Amino acid sequence: MIRVLFFARLREQLDVGQMELSAEEAGTTVAELRQRLTARGEPWSTALSADNVLCAVNQQQARGDEPLTAGDEVAFYPPVTGG
Amino acid sequence: MVEVSIQQEDFDVGQLQRELLGQDTSIGAAAVFVGCVRGVPDKEAAASDAVLAMELEHYPGMTESSIQAIVDEARQRWALRSVRVIHRIGELRPGDQIVYVGVACGHRGEAFEACEFIMDYLKTRAPFWKKETTPSGARWVDARDSDDAAAARWDLASEPAGD
Repeated sequence: MIRVLFFARLREQLDVGQMELSAEEAGTTVAELRQRLTARGEPWSTALSADNVLCAVNQQQARGDEPLTAGDEVAFYPPVTGG
Repeated sequence: MVEVSIQQEDFDVGQLQRELLGQDTSIGAAAVFVGCVRGVPDKEAAASDAVLAMELEHYPGMTESSIQAIVDEARQRWALRSVRVIHRIGELRPGDQIVYVGVACGHRGEAFEACEFIMDYLKTRAPFWKKETTPSGARWVDARDSDDAAAARWDLASEPAGD
C-alpha cells in the first residue's frame, strides 16, 4: 500500500487528510499519482492542478519523477507558511 | 547543545538563554530570534480584518527532520556551540510567541548570520501552515515571495519543485 497525505488548504479542499492506495492504483511516480488523482474530477482536479502544489515522499521534498514503491508515504501540500 | 522542539506550550526566553549558554565559556555571542503572532494581516490591513486567532498546522515527523537538516547545514557553515529551535503549533492569539531560534558561538558575526539563516530556511522549508481567523472568517495565509528571496540569498542548492 501507499499512504497519501494532504495538508492545510489541500486537505480542506479535498475533505480528506489521508488515504491508502494500492501500488497499482497509485502508479509508479509522483507525477503519475498526481495525474490519477486529478482525473477523479472535482474537487481533485482543481485542488491538485494548482502549479504551486508541493510533494514529499517519505518526508523528503520530491519532484514529479520520484519513483513510488509499496510502503511509501506521499504528501501533497501548499507552499509552507511557518515561522 | 542542539535541540529542535515542536510544541503547543509557550516558552520562556530567559530560561532558554540560560540553557543555550550552559557552562560553555568558549561562547562569546548569542543571537536569538523570537517571532510573534501579528494582530494585523499581511495584506491591505483593514480594521475589520484584525486577526483574532491563528491556527498552526504541521506535518509531524517531516517538520522535525526538515528543521534538523537546516540546523545541520548551519553547523557546517558556522562553528556553532549551541543551537535551539522551538516552533509552536495549535491555536495561538495575537501577541503570542510562535517561534524561537537561539544560536551561540564564539563571535557575533557568525551568531547573527546563523540565526538569520535558520529562520530564512525554516520559513521556506519546514512544513507548517498558518490559518488566520478574522471577523470576516478564516483563511489560509499565502506564502510570500520575499521569504523565498531571503532564503535564496544563502545560495544553498535549490530544493526540487513540486512537479
